[in-house]
This record gives sequence, C-alpha cells and structure tokens, in this order.
Amino acid sequence: MIEVRNLHKSFGKVKAVSDMTFEARDGEITGLLGPNGAGKTTTLRMLYSLLPPDEGDIRIDGLDPTRDAMAIKTTLGVVPDSRGLYTRLTARENIRYFGELHNLPKQTIEERIESLAATLDMGEFIDRRTEGFSQGQRVKVAIARAMVHQPQTVLMDEPTNGLDVMSTRALREYIRSLKDSGQSVVLSTHIMQEVAALCDRIVIIAKGKVAATGTVDELISRSGRDTIEDAFVQLIGSEEGLMA
Amino acid sequence: MNGILVVLKKEVRENLRDRKAVFNSLLLAPILFPVLLIGMTWLGTSAQTERAERVLEIPVVGAEQAPNLIRYLEQHGVVIKPAPDDPESLVRSQKEPVIIRIPEIFGEQWQAGRPAEIEVIIDPSRPESDIPISRVKGLLRGFGSEIGLLRLQMRGVSPIVMSPLLIRDVDLSTPQSRGMIFMLFLPYILMITAFMGGMHLAIDTTAGEKERHSLEPLLINPVPRWQIMMGKLLATAIFGMASLVLTLIAFRITLPYLPLAALGVDLGLGAVAMVSILLVVAPIALMAAALLTVLATYAKSFREAQSYMGLVILIPMVPTLMFMSNPVKPEASMMPIPLFSQNLLISELVRGEAVPVQWLLYSAAGTLIFAFALMAFAATLFNRPRVMFSDS
Repeated sequence: MIEVRNLHKSFGKVKAVSDMTFEARDGEITGLLGPNGAGKTTTLRMLYSLLPPDEGDIRIDGLDPTRDAMAIKTTLGVVPDSRGLYTRLTARENIRYFGELHNLPKQTIEERIESLAATLDMGEFIDRRTEGFSQGQRVKVAIARAMVHQPQTVLMDEPTNGLDVMSTRALREYIRSLKDSGQSVVLSTHIMQEVAALCDRIVIIAKGKVAATGTVDELISRSGRDTIEDAFVQLIGSEEGLMA
Repeated sequence: MNGILVVLKKEVRENLRDRKAVFNSLLLAPILFPVLLIGMTWLGTSAQTERAERVLEIPVVGAEQAPNLIRYLEQHGVVIKPAPDDPESLVRSQKEPVIIRIPEIFGEQWQAGRPAEIEVIIDPSRPESDIPISRVKGLLRGFGSEIGLLRLQMRGVSPIVMSPLLIRDVDLSTPQSRGMIFMLFLPYILMITAFMGGMHLAIDTTAGEKERHSLEPLLINPVPRWQIMMGKLLATAIFGMASLVLTLIAFRITLPYLPLAALGVDLGLGAVAMVSILLVVAPIALMAAALLTVLATYAKSFREAQSYMGLVILIPMVPTLMFMSNPVKPEASMMPIPLFSQNLLISELVRGEAVPVQWLLYSAAGTLIFAFALMAFAATLFNRPRVMFSDS
C-alpha cells in the first residue's frame, strides 16, 4: 500500500514533480501513465528513497522513505530505469549478489533463484555471464534480482521497454501473478496498450502533476471519448510525448 | 557491516575475471619494474666498465714538440692518432672525446724548466666523455709529477717535501649503500605499485558502475551507502597490496641477476627486510585506494576517470624527485608525512640500516590518519545527487 500526498520535487529551476497525490493498493496494479519527461521516474525515485522529496509525504505500508529508508528498502522490489547488470558475473551471481545485500540466508537465496528462474523462464541462461544478453534476458535478470527478497511492494520503471512481443506477454503474465498473490505493483509507462491490458487503476501524469486517476472505464467515460488513447490525449490536453 | 563484506567479495571476484584488470593491476608492475631496473643497472655498469677499459685513442696536435710525453703516453697504452686539421670542431661534433694540443712554445718552456703549457680540448657537458677525460688528465698529471720528482732529486731535494698532505679515504659506505640506482628507485617503484595496483578497480567500481547503469539498482538495496563505498574502497586497497606483494617477490627473485657485484655492491632483500618494507608501504596502499576512489567517483565515465589517474601517478614521484635533487637526512619529524616517510624508510631498510621503531609508528600513523580522512570523505560521496546522476 502506497500513499503519496502533495509531493514536490525540483531540480534547480525545473519543477519535476509538483503537488502529486495518489495511492496504490495491495492486490492491484497501478499504472503511472504519462508522456516522457512528465515526472514518472522522479516520482518512483522518491518512492524508493533514492531522492528526497522537497515537500509532501510518502507512506509505504506506513513507512516513510525519508526516515525509514533501510526498512522500506527491505519491503520494496524495484526494477529501475537503469537495468545495468554486471557483465562479468553470471545471471545467477547477479541475483545472488542482491540477495546477499539483503542479508538473506544462503539456502534461501539459492531456492529463490531456482524458483525465479523457473517462473521467468531463465533456465537456459541462468549460469551464463550476462555479457551480450538480449534486452529481454537483461530485463528478466533485473526483475529476478529485484524480487529475490520477495517484496510486498513492487515498483517497475517502464518494464516492457525494448522487449519483443513474446517477452512482453510473459512479463505481463508475471506481473499479474504478483497482483494475484496480494502484492502492490506500481509501474510507470508511456505505452497506452500496456495500461489498458494490465492496470487496475491508472494515474495519468502530465508536467509533474496528476491529471486524472481512475480505472480504464472510468477515465474513458469521464473524458467522453471511445478509447483510452483518446481519453488520455483529452485528459492531459496535448499529444506531446506520446510518439514512441 | 555485512554490506561491506558482500560488496568487497563481489568486486574482487568480478575483477579477477577480467583479464585486462588482472594484468594491469596485478602483473604489470611485478613484471615491468624488475626488468626495467635490471636493464638500467646492467646498461650502467657495462657502459662504465667498457669506457674504463677501452684502449684510449687520442689525437695529438704538435706531438713532435714533446717526444718524452708521447713515449710516456704510449707506454701507458694510449694510441696516438695523427693531428687533425680542426681539433675544436672534432670535439664539438663528438667525433673525439679528447684531443691534446701541445703548443709550439712547449719545447722552449720545457727546456727552461718553467711550467710548460699543454691544452686538453674537451666538452665536459657530454657525460659519456667523462671517463676518457679523466683518464687523459690522470696520465698527464702522472707524467708531470714523475718529471717533477726527477727534477727535485737532481737538485738533491727529497721528493717528500712535495707531499705535505697524505689524504686517505675512510669509506664507511656498506656494500649495500652503494646500490645507488636501486635505492633511489625502489621506494618510488613500490609507491607507484601501490597506486597502480588499485587503479583499475577504483575506476571500475565507481565510474564503471555508473557507466554500466548498475549504480542505481545497487543503491536501492538495504545497505547504507557508506558501507557500499567502503566495500569498493577496500577491494581497491586489496588489489594495491596484492600488487605490492607480487612486486616485492619479483624483486627478490630477480635480485641475484642484477650485476651489482660489478659495482661492488651486495644488496640483500631478506625475508625480514621484505616484510618490513611491506608493513611500511601498506598504509600507502590504503591511502592510494581512498584517493583513487574519491577521484574516480567524481568522474562521469571510465575514460574521464582514467585521465585523472594519469595525474595521480605523478604524486608518488614528488618525494623521489625532491630527494634526488636535495638529499635529506631522515629525522623523526619527517616521519608523519605520507610518501616522504615511506621513501626514506625504504631506503634505510634496503641499505640494511636499523630503523627506530618509533619512526615506523609515526610513519604508519601519519599516513593512516590521512587515509582515514579520505575514506571518511569517500563514504559521503554516494549521498550526493551530483555524483549519482551525473549521467542523467
């Protein structure tokens, strides 16, 4: 459960996020939808306590990222915008490293790697060095290492970016399985189909502000248009940044 | 604290798999420096013996003026070459190191028993002509004093009056202390090794991590950022130390092949000396790791970090250059200064001198305080947004 109230963040004179309020419930997939540069990544970075907010409150399962950073990090699973892997380590070692940083017992780490490798279909490359991995393989490793500590809240920044159709389908299925097991999933995206196919609740962000929130159907009916795409354009008031 | 160890282990393992890193950090210095030093010493000694033993071939202008002198020179193994037309230009163009010119007035002065003029045409700014010059001058002086003695004896004066002083050298240098080149360069080489050994890791673990876009995911883990930084820094220090140990071992293996006997030198790098040297330089490895990590953390990319490193390599050179031009006597007050104290202490240890324990402690303490200050600073760096997001 994530609650965000009146969040502000500026970089110098640039207001990246201003007065943002939304929530993401357990057992639901919440999509932050917005054009490139709308403030999605900055918002996520504040959620996983990489950046301190200038103003406003964040609560994740009651914890405040600015004060309980360490505690929050143990309950969060994050697939950030940068998916850098260690190319001289195998996929398994990459995941194990994060498990060790979470101070998990050795046995637990190995078991989780096995089960994640099965779920994410990584068996073929789990023991290969990640040098030269395809985009899809890299994303799978990035997800597995973010999930090795079985987080209650999952944050994903543009998770399907650069993936082919098959990988995208598989990933969506996996995200749905997280929701079914009661986790709270927040993903940022600028791809409309993604939101329509995946999200229970949508937060439309434009220019650092929340333009609208609701389910797909609610947003369509509120805008008086036929498709989520038209609704989106109507609600943010421009087509800027949608070409991708 | 678990975080420090996890990061440390991963950085060491990852870099041991990188052939380039292993070669640059661990093998380059132990191979390069002994070869370089042996080569330098060998060249130096062989050139010296060659010049000292080679037959002197000296052109003489006006040889007919002084047949006795010419005979004396020939008796001492000098080959007299015919007079050239322009002796000055021959010396200037380095075709001949020394030319003797006997002026026409020589015969007259000689007969009259006055000091007879003789010119030695040389260019002392050419180091390679040092030995021929001193050999020629020595021979001329020998001839002069031989004749002088004869003249005194003919006048019934004892030649002893010519020697009011008897100068005798009491040489206190031990055989070790004559290994000059070696002693001048060993401290510098070891210090550079401590820096070079950690360089690749310092860059790879900080600027490299940024360039690979793996820093952000790493910092999302529930490990305090200072612990992550310390793990990286200590991995760098370990590589620096490993490189030092390997270099010392390489020196110990190659030392018997140094042609030091020709220089009358007996350098020992015994087990005790090696361990002492290692203990003296160890704090430098830590300080170097901290300095390199701080610099590399500020760099946006691997390449930018590498350009900083080129300058850092100059730092350990400073004391060596200073001591070369301005040798100082080691004193307790210099011991807390990083790099300087190690430089002095290694020289003393290689020379086989006993070093006061107090000096060793001052040196270690001075350098470690400096290293800890740098480490404390490094520990704060991952909290700076500028450092974290320099690519975005």
